[in-house]
Parts: sequence; C-alpha cells; structure tokens
Amino acid sequence: MGDRYVYILALVLTVTGLAVFTYQWRVIGFPLTVDEEDPVWTIEARIGFEGGPGSIKVNLNVPTLTPGFRMLNENHVSRGFGFSLNYGTGGREAQWAIRRGEGPQTIYYRISVYEDPTARQADTTPPFPPVPVITEPYRTAVDVVVADVRQHSADTPSFTSELLRRLNDRSPDPNVELLLSEAATDAGFVEVATTILAAARIPARMVRGFPLVGRQRSTQPVAWLEVHDGDTWRYFDPATGVETLPERFLIWWRGNDPLVNVEGGNRVEVDFAVQENYVGAVAIAQTQRAQVGSPFPDMSLYGLPIRTQAVYGVLLMVPIGALIMVLMRNIVGIDAFGTFMPVLIALAFRETQLLYGVVLFTLLVTLGLTIRFLLEKLRLLLVPRLTAVLIVVVLLMMVISLVSDRMNVESGISVALFPMVILAMTIERMSVVWEERGPADALRAAAGSLVVAVFAYLAMGQAWLEHLIFTFPELLLVVLALILVIGRYTGYRLLELGRFKALSGDS
Amino acid sequence: MIGAAARLRSRGVLGLNERNAEFIMRLNPRRFYPRVDDKVKTKQLSLDAGMAVPDLYGVIRNQGEVREFASIVESRESFVIKPAQGSGGDGIVVVTGRSKRRRDAFRAASGLLVTTQEIEHHLSNIVGGQYSLSGNRDAAIIEYCVRFDPVFADVSYQGVPDVRVIVYRGYPAMAMVRLPTRASDGKANLHQGAVGAGVDMRTGQTLTGVCQNLVVDEHPDTGALIAGLGIPAWDVILESSARGYEVTELGYLGVDMVIDRDRGPLILEMNARPGLSIQIANRTGLKTRLAAIDRMHDPGATPEERARQAREAFPSDPAEL
Repeated sequence: MGDRYVYILALVLTVTGLAVFTYQWRVIGFPLTVDEEDPVWTIEARIGFEGGPGSIKVNLNVPTLTPGFRMLNENHVSRGFGFSLNYGTGGREAQWAIRRGEGPQTIYYRISVYEDPTARQADTTPPFPPVPVITEPYRTAVDVVVADVRQHSADTPSFTSELLRRLNDRSPDPNVELLLSEAATDAGFVEVATTILAAARIPARMVRGFPLVGRQRSTQPVAWLEVHDGDTWRYFDPATGVETLPERFLIWWRGNDPLVNVEGGNRVEVDFAVQENYVGAVAIAQTQRAQVGSPFPDMSLYGLPIRTQAVYGVLLMVPIGALIMVLMRNIVGIDAFGTFMPVLIALAFRETQLLYGVVLFTLLVTLGLTIRFLLEKLRLLLVPRLTAVLIVVVLLMMVISLVSDRMNVESGISVALFPMVILAMTIERMSVVWEERGPADALRAAAGSLVVAVFAYLAMGQAWLEHLIFTFPELLLVVLALILVIGRYTGYRLLELGRFKALSGDS
Repeated sequence: MIGAAARLRSRGVLGLNERNAEFIMRLNPRRFYPRVDDKVKTKQLSLDAGMAVPDLYGVIRNQGEVREFASIVESRESFVIKPAQGSGGDGIVVVTGRSKRRRDAFRAASGLLVTTQEIEHHLSNIVGGQYSLSGNRDAAIIEYCVRFDPVFADVSYQGVPDVRVIVYRGYPAMAMVRLPTRASDGKANLHQGAVGAGVDMRTGQTLTGVCQNLVVDEHPDTGALIAGLGIPAWDVILESSARGYEVTELGYLGVDMVIDRDRGPLILEMNARPGLSIQIANRTGLKTRLAAIDRMHDPGATPEERARQAREAFPSDPAEL
C-alpha cells in the first residue's frame, strides 16, 4: 500500500521534472551542454548607498550604443523602487525612484552582451560643437595649445594624436601644465582633452567602458576618447595618443556626466562585476522565451544576480552529492560518520582539490584525535570537552594554514574551508567509537566517510552535470524521485552479500 | 553478485534495508520507542507486567547526583552501571567486587581496579549523553550484577552471556545465546566480537556459533565446544519474551535476557532495532519464520500459547547444520 503511493509520487515527480526539462530544452532551447564557441558577457553594476529619510531618485547611465557588441537582455533588481529607462544627453539612463526609503539600499543593474563584429554604431554625425566658454587664464592657454597643435598636424586624427602626445609629455609646456592642473583623474584628463578639441571645433567626447577579460569583481570603468572626423567616430587611447580601442571594449556611457546620480542618498558606492559565460545559447534562449511568451514564469537561475548565481551553482550540486551518499550507504552499505558529514567534506574538497583535500582531512582528523585522547585524561564533562575539541580543531586549521604558507604550499591554506563544527563532531564520535568498539571499527567508519566523500566530490565536480542542473533545476525533481524509490529499496546491500556469506553457501 | 543475492533471498535472509522498511517502520511506531530506549522505563514496565528484572539499586539523573554514587553502592559488593539510553552495550561497567585494602576502589569484570573518581567521571559522561542514542542528556542506572548460570561458564570470557530472542508480532521467532569474548571486551555484543550461538527453538539447545560473521564451533578464548548446551528454563524464557510484546507493543522486537543462577531468567533490556547476525548464528533466514508467524497469527492468543506455538513451529532442521 505504502509502496504504491511512493512509486506513484516518484513517477509524478519524474514525469513533471522531465516534462519541464524537455520543454525548456526543445521549445525554449536551453542548451544541454556548455557552448564554448559563443561567449556571453554579463556586466553587473551594484549601486549601494545610504538612503535618506525622504524620497530617493537614482539615475544610472547604461549602455546605449556599443560597437562590436549586441545586447541580449538587461534587467535590474531593486526592492520597492519604481524603474524607468530614459534617454539623456549621454545616452540611455536607468532611473529608480521611491517615495520613502531609509537605511542601506542596494540596486543591481545587469546587461548581457555578446560579440558581433557586424554591429556598427548607427550614430548621427554630430554638429560642430559650439566654442566652449572658457575663462581666463585658461582661454589663452587653450588658444595657444590649439594653434600650436594645428601647426603640427594635417587632419582631425593627427590633430588628436598630437594633442594627446603633448598632454602626456613628461615635461609639458606651461600652458598644458596650467590646463591639466585641475585634472586629478583619468576622466578629468580626458575631459580637458575634449574641451581643447571643442575649442578647435572638433566634435569629441569621453567614453567610458570595460575591456572584457575573464571574470572580474569590483572593477571600475576605463575612460577613453572618441573623436568624430566628419565621417565616423574614432577612438584614441588618452594615455598614448594612438588611435585604438582595447580588445572587447564595451562602451558603457558617453559624456562627462558622472556614472550615477543619487538624489536623497549619500555614501554612494558603485562597483562592477564582469562574468564570462560560455552559455551563449542560454541567453539567446532567454530572449526567445520573452518573444515566445512562455506560459511558465521565468524561473531560470540566470536571472539572479551574478554573485547569487555562483552560490546556487554550488548549492544545486549538494543533492547530487547526497544522492551518491544514499547510494553508498543504502545500496552498497558503507559505514560513515554522521548523516551529511561526507557531503560537507566533499563540498570542502571542491576548494582544496581532491588530493590535498584528502591529505588535509586525514591530517586534521589524526591530529584532532590525538589531542582528543589527551583531553580524555582530564576527565572533562561532555559539552565542555566537545567545545575544547572544536577550539583545538580551529587552532589546528590555523597552524596548518600558517605552516603550509611558510612552505609555499598554497593548497594548505584552503584547510580553512573544512566545516569545523562537523570535523569536531566527527573527531569526538570517532574517539568514542575507538574506545568502545576498538580502532578497527573507528578506522573503518572514518575510511568509509572518506570514500563516500570522494565519490560525492567526483560526482559534484562534473562540469557537464553542474551545467545541466544549473540550467535545468527541474531535474532535481528526478533526483528526488530516485531518492524516494531508494527509500523503499528493501533488497540486500552489496556488503551484506559478504556478511551473510555463511548463509548463501550451497548446502 | 546477482546470484549471491538470489541465493540469500531463496533462503529467506533478511537484509538491513528490508528490516528497516518492512518491519521496523511498519510494526514499531515511533511513540513506543521510549519504552525500550529508556532502560529505567523498560524495567518499570516489565515489573508491572510481572516479569523478573535485575534489582535497581539507584538512578543518577544529573551531574549533581553523581556524588550520591558512593552511598548508593554503600552496602553492595557487586553492581552494574549502564546508561539508560545506551545502545550496543556501550558505556556499561561491571563491578564484581571491591579492593581488599581500599573500599573506594572497585574490581571491574576485566580484573582491573577502578577508583571511585574514575567511576564518577564515567557517570558524568553517561549523564552528559555520551552513550545515549540521540546524544541528549541521559541517566545512569546502577543495578544488580547478575551471577550467571554455570551452564555457560566454559564458553564465556568474562562478562555476562545473554539470550536474545526476536519476537515478531508477539511470537518468538528466533533466538541465540551471545557469549562474550576477549575481543568483545566482555560485552555480549556480536558487533564487537562476541560469539553468537543459534538456539533450537524446540529444545532450547545451542547450535553452532558465529563470530565476526564466520561460523565457529569452539569459543575462541576458552576453546570449549559451543553446540549442545541446554539453556535452563527455556520455556520461561520464551514465555517472558513473548510477553515483551504486551509490554512494549512493538511488533518487531529483540528481548535480551540473562539467566541468574539464583533467580532464573531476568529481562535485561529490549531493543526496537535488533540486529540481523542472529540469522548467521542460526544458519537460517528470518523471513521464512516471519512469514510462518504471519500465517499462524492469532490476535487473541496469550503469551503462553504464542510461546508454545513458536516452540512447535520452529525446530532446527538438523540437516541444515
């Protein structure tokens, strides 16, 4: 009776999981495997500030025209804020507003782009800029510099290069020195260059963006110079004067405006995270989903902030590790300490790498056990003794980290990632088993824990599996169904076949 | 591998998964567990049901009461300390006498002298929950030290041999005698290296033994033959264990008894998750017997009737030995 319900439930779970999976795969088009050909770059801006007691308005410049890139999608995460996208002087502006907001606030804006060499900017030719109003003594300095540079150049690009060369001169002439006296940052430097170019009636503007390389956390935009030669916009490296653009340079915004403007808040901090995804098709599928009008709510994990995605990448693999543990314990019949201890150890192995992980774990448990036996002589009460073991474990971790750092063994430092409470409990449990049942039992269970942990680690470390589960989390329903079925498995455990050997011999 | 599993199945061998899923979960409701997990409670329930148990000298329930240990055993020469919620014989200390020179030093079953301080530390550990199944706070029991019947003297190394009976839905299904060895440190626990000897349910005579999952004919320490020993008061043992069902209401139950040379069979403890090595000791699978009990099951039968029925139904087939 009970069996039937379990199997029906398992069947329903499996069918649901596989149906959603098939839909996501065939109809929406999420890829089964990692696509290494087509990287998608995700850039996330995190705006943190201290909200005032009143209304708050946040303006953030966001990418508008990005030569060399095409936008796949953009989204934002903000609690309670109203959101709108407007066109400002420097391009698109995202605006968040709230009537009342107090305390620390965080807003995320994220854009995903992919490289497309054919994506040219379709920008109109700007009018010749008006002569900027410059006060003395800067005016004279600008005039002198413009006249001088014009003398030494033939056209707009050569004018720009020559100007930048002079601005970057190690021993600048007094006029340049005067003009640069106010420019403290790279952006300030480029701003001075645009002013001088405007005085020479050359349309120029500052662009800021990111050279996209690998995975970056807490990065800041780079300032670049853009000059119109009458036909197209040209890019100049403000530091060298060479006409070039960094490889994979994503232009975030143009103009001299600050990146973000917060009204009603202070202590504004903006930082950017860049992530390279080799799951181009995923993002493409997501845009498709928006067009198809999928009946399911958007449950994809790719919609979460990048930092959170990284966490779930690991979390979603825990059920896989747990499945391995269930298989090892109920089907194979291996003894292990603690229910989930092997899975947690396996999680730590992800950071330490397998070999070092096993070595460090063994070392830590051996040392901990030795000290635990010394503590036994002191006849401490149970809870203080457990706590003493915990403190010893923490100290041992510290010592191992310090020693391996001294010896330049980098992996030793990662010992800190082991779950220390679990380790302390394991050491205590092992010492009790050691005394009560003898070293053989204790070592067997410890070895069993390690074996289960290694297998769980190997399963959790499969990149294709990680991608599959992260992209199709509904597959965890199938894992759940499998666990339910194993929960009703009443056959022999593999190791029992050996245990009951005396009963299976031919009579 | 598949073949081995099929052979075990054809012989009705019960595996851990099946024991847990089919018998323990179905027949042993969680709410009855405290009746067997707490030995103080088991003792009281057994007494109420008119069964014989070792006398209780005292219970130490918290750290403050540890000091009362000396007064509890004041007039006793021998006694046993055990955790009320312990399992597998862990944490049990058997004191067989006192040092001749110092009254505050005790002679343990192993022959070693232990001081009052050492015992008090052990009591603190028990009370703190070191040996309890859940790791929660526990109580320590101090009770009568059984002087076991001389019938097993030749096949025991220190410790107390006991009789384990599996009781299924009130019917005794299988039994074995557990004989302590040097390896088991005087404990009657197969897991720790004690010898288990199967018992012919009809005659109460021991069959061959099993030690560490291997069949043995002789006790590994004393060298005495294990088979052919007649267990005294066998009918009382079967009846008392059958009565264990009324006491605990657990459908799949292990009843552990000792045979005192003066007082006869005494209930030591009961177990809601009895182990499976008993099958090796009897060289018989449990499932065939459980199925037979399912067929003969009569909800109205008294413990005496059930014990008698089981006795008749499960003779050991000499051909199997």
